[in-house]
Amino acid sequence: MKRIVSILLVVVLGYFVYTSLYVDGFDMAVSDNRQTSISDAYITKSVTSENESVTYMESTDLENGSANIVTAIVTDYRSFDTLGEVTVLFLASIGVSMVLAGFTKKYQFKMKTNRILKTGARLVVGLALVLGVYMFTHGHLSPGGGFPGGSIIGASILMMYLSEENFRARMASFKWMESLAGTVYVLIGIIGLFVATYFLENFLPTGTVGALVSAGIIPIVYILIGLKVGSEVSGIIDQFLTEEVAS
Amino acid sequence: MVINETLYTIMTAAVSIMLIILGILALESKKLISSVIYLSAMSLFAVLGFVLMKAPDVAITEAVIGSGLVTALFIFTLIGVTKLDKKDNQKAGDTK
Repeated sequence: MKRIVSILLVVVLGYFVYTSLYVDGFDMAVSDNRQTSISDAYITKSVTSENESVTYMESTDLENGSANIVTAIVTDYRSFDTLGEVTVLFLASIGVSMVLAGFTKKYQFKMKTNRILKTGARLVVGLALVLGVYMFTHGHLSPGGGFPGGSIIGASILMMYLSEENFRARMASFKWMESLAGTVYVLIGIIGLFVATYFLENFLPTGTVGALVSAGIIPIVYILIGLKVGSEVSGIIDQFLTEEVAS
Repeated sequence: MVINETLYTIMTAAVSIMLIILGILALESKKLISSVIYLSAMSLFAVLGFVLMKAPDVAITEAVIGSGLVTALFIFTLIGVTKLDKKDNQKAGDTK
């Protein structure tokens, strides 16, 4: 019975997804050349009121100057929502550290660490950290951004925890970084309120589309989000890999 | 690079079939640990699907969180739970 109900649910859901994506004459149907249109839109998006197409590395002083539309939405048009998301993640990490408050000793696995894991982790951890930092610094140019970049930093910390038996990250500095990043994010919003008209407005000059220093406050906000998410995920991983001190 | 139309269709179909198969395997497997691994493989194929559907942002997030952090979290939880289970069984055996 349970299986029949689940199969029925999957069939109904699949039917709706199929009709919304692939059947014409439906309200949600995407345009016909959707396989090429979305990635082209990343580069030639139109943000000026005259609806001219944007040339990568040439157009200047556009609406917010971000080459990546997703980033433009996440950290400029809907930046207040992103502030809410970051708050949700912060509350989750607070909840984890409240539940696991007394756990201070590092969890020791029964199996011994493999030499392949140890050597491989030493090679990969630095690269993964650099990749995470790259991802949130270039969030306004390429896919990725603060949330995946911070998660990659958290994953590299996890790799260190698994490979080195006595490794503990210094959680106090992570907590400092997290609260600093959150405070600066809100401060940037308040500066936008006073310099320009509304909270979290993009008040810096936007520059050339595609340059590293462009898009006003978008890269600054995404770097802050990346640092905040990275330290929160690392904190959660640290809490999960500790156990209670046997008294 | 231009992927031609038939190749695109074949890849999309293969990815979706693999997603369904791995999902069913993850639900039906008897051991919890293999269920977790099937789930991880499923999100790996979901990453492929997102890349094919031209959503690289979502693909990166899925790769990091879906097949990396969530799998690690599930495995740690499984290790912790089995340890507690053994302890409880021993205690129950002692009282009896």
